[in-house]
Amino acid sequence: MASRPAAGKRPPASPGVRLSLRDPTVRALLYQVLAIAGVALVAWYLISNTIQNLETRKIASGFGFLDREAGLPVGEAMIAYSPADSYLRALIVGVLNTLRVAVVGIVLATILGALIGIARLSKNWLLARAATIYVEVARNLPLLLQLIFWWTVFRDIFPGPREAYHPIAGVFMSNRGLQFPSLIDDPAHVYIVAAFLVGIVVAFFLRKWAQRRQDATGQQFPVLWSAVALVFGLPALVFLAAGAPFRLDVPSLQGFNFVGGSNLTPEFAALLVGLTLYTGAFIAEIVRSGILAVSYGQTEAALALGMRRGFVLRLIILPQALRVIVPPLTSQYLNLTKNSSLAVAIGYPDLVNIANTTINQTGQAVEGIAIIMAVYLTVSLSISAFMNWYNRKIALVER
Amino acid sequence: MAAPNVVTADTATESSFARTPAIRWVRQNLFSNWFNTAVTLALAYMILKGLYSFASWAVFNAVWTVEGTDTRPCREMSGVGACWAVIGEKHRFILFGIYPFDEQWRPLLAIFLFLGLYVVSAMRAFWNRWLAVIWAVGLTLIGALMWGGVFGLTYIENERWGGLPLTLILATFGIALAFPLSIFLALGRRSNLPAIRALSIVYIELIRGVPLITLLIMASVMFPLFLPEGVSIDKLLRAQVAIILFSAAYLAEVVRGGLQAIPKGQFEAADSLGLSYWQKTAKIILPQALQLVIPPLVNTFIGLFKDTSLVLIIGLFDLLTSAKGALLEPAWLGFGVEVYFFVSVIYFAFCFAMSRYSQNLEVELATGHKH
Repeated sequence: MASRPAAGKRPPASPGVRLSLRDPTVRALLYQVLAIAGVALVAWYLISNTIQNLETRKIASGFGFLDREAGLPVGEAMIAYSPADSYLRALIVGVLNTLRVAVVGIVLATILGALIGIARLSKNWLLARAATIYVEVARNLPLLLQLIFWWTVFRDIFPGPREAYHPIAGVFMSNRGLQFPSLIDDPAHVYIVAAFLVGIVVAFFLRKWAQRRQDATGQQFPVLWSAVALVFGLPALVFLAAGAPFRLDVPSLQGFNFVGGSNLTPEFAALLVGLTLYTGAFIAEIVRSGILAVSYGQTEAALALGMRRGFVLRLIILPQALRVIVPPLTSQYLNLTKNSSLAVAIGYPDLVNIANTTINQTGQAVEGIAIIMAVYLTVSLSISAFMNWYNRKIALVER
Repeated sequence: MAAPNVVTADTATESSFARTPAIRWVRQNLFSNWFNTAVTLALAYMILKGLYSFASWAVFNAVWTVEGTDTRPCREMSGVGACWAVIGEKHRFILFGIYPFDEQWRPLLAIFLFLGLYVVSAMRAFWNRWLAVIWAVGLTLIGALMWGGVFGLTYIENERWGGLPLTLILATFGIALAFPLSIFLALGRRSNLPAIRALSIVYIELIRGVPLITLLIMASVMFPLFLPEGVSIDKLLRAQVAIILFSAAYLAEVVRGGLQAIPKGQFEAADSLGLSYWQKTAKIILPQALQLVIPPLVNTFIGLFKDTSLVLIIGLFDLLTSAKGALLEPAWLGFGVEVYFFVSVIYFAFCFAMSRYSQNLEVELATGHKH
């Protein structure tokens, strides 16, 4: 705005305007035409080269290859997948794997970051120092180095299945990953999950109702406890009513490997641990600066009003700190999602890994990279949109 | 509550010097109440235990040298003691990659030249036009050392460069060339010419929306398709271009933050003096805007320095790749933790120095502003 050229200050168009380079409007138009022409020229040059190269290399462009049989083995998939499936299905497996590590990573990094951020502000010198050292080390080492380090630890340093660490019954940590008991499916589980969701929805409306009642009458309602009772009580009731269908598939060592239970691969574990520790350090700094941004006078004022410590944190400090925290937190979530693409270096089958193999097998470089870019842009824009919505919700309402 | 009493009881018989400030500090900062006491004791136990097991692994039980590539002594201590012999054997490979062994004093000298350039650039006394001259001379010398072919040095093609010098080259040129580009992008994004603004926004948001890996993969598999037949650009240069284009988008957003922080009056005052757009930008706006954003710029530089390690994925021989490569020889297979620890120390030294510098600068510049 401020750099508006003299265009606005020009006297109103005089009759018989002559095109002159001294005229700022003409100059502005010329610059823009030149810029667009330059970009278009470069784009045309690159595209025509690409088309010619594709012709000489006999690579058919287009997305037809997606239907072809991929024949590429994938270590872990959230949906049924075999190498006989198409490239499209392989890529979907990759997208789901990316989303899986990103979602779990975001949740864990947020929890870790909040704890470490608060620990850095602790009055306990030792705790604050320990938190600081963790943050400095995690932030100042390349993420890729950390990922490869954890992968080396989980794959090379952890013992084989026969000597696996066995902290509690049914859980094994070995160089094959983490083996843990899994729940055996039962039709009643669907209803239990449904009851859980119903509990959340009811608790949400209960909170709204209690808020309105408090605004109107000043009477408080024990929202927290009734919400806990709803969210966990309803599923528990359904669980008991269905005859407590709870059977575990406990893994056991047979021969050289584990049978039964579920497995987290060393690749997933390394990626998750690396992303969480790395991003957690950045989030800790964001949380710390957010809390510091709320002046101590706010706490003192609230305490002077006779508020309890817990209320001060929840109703006074947190809402103000969140306004400072949310925007940079959004970019950390985006970073974590984009950084999950480093999976390709340790062999976790994420989108980039599978797309990269697809490119190498089919030679469809342009299409492959277009798919990666489209997916990441979609995910990035979705996270941005959600966090912007949340940010607007908690933003200061100025009257 | 018990702990503070114990502490005071213990020290009551000691001199008043030991009792007052130090003990008061300990009580206030470590044992102020039962919760803090519990936290302190639990943490102290964990830290001491961790330090002890680290020290016994890294020092007491470590194997420092082995005969040739006979790594049996290391394998016997596997999991109990570190095998630092791998560093003794492989450090030159990790630091210099496959650069000819007898010529490795050249990349070593290049590393010191880079360090010299960084130190000089960090000193505010050199923040003037001489800095550009120093950089031009320094980079020419580094180029001459690495390539050779002059002063009787044998020519070494850049496919053989590797290790730390390659990391420093990627990071330094990445920063040096991305920075001017980012200024133009930031100005473009704030321009009131709609076409320029649209182009800048699309560029910045597109690049920031995708991971660096995508650009690197693009540079390695797609870039050859872009060029006319028969023309090829070497891999190092392609990766370098990708890093520059990537960093420029991130730096542009930092610079834009600085531009936005300049009060409107500055623009209006410059306009009223009759300065042209470029005079106004170069002499009034940018000097103020850039000074404001030096700390976040340094933070972006740190990120860029760390991100150069991603070239591992397209097979360039940077510090991290050569560390990984050092572990490929069967004799040294499985000593990854030691090698990555060694490389971590190098990366940490660079990044921590930069982050400390940025923090100091932030304090200096902030006080400068309040006066």
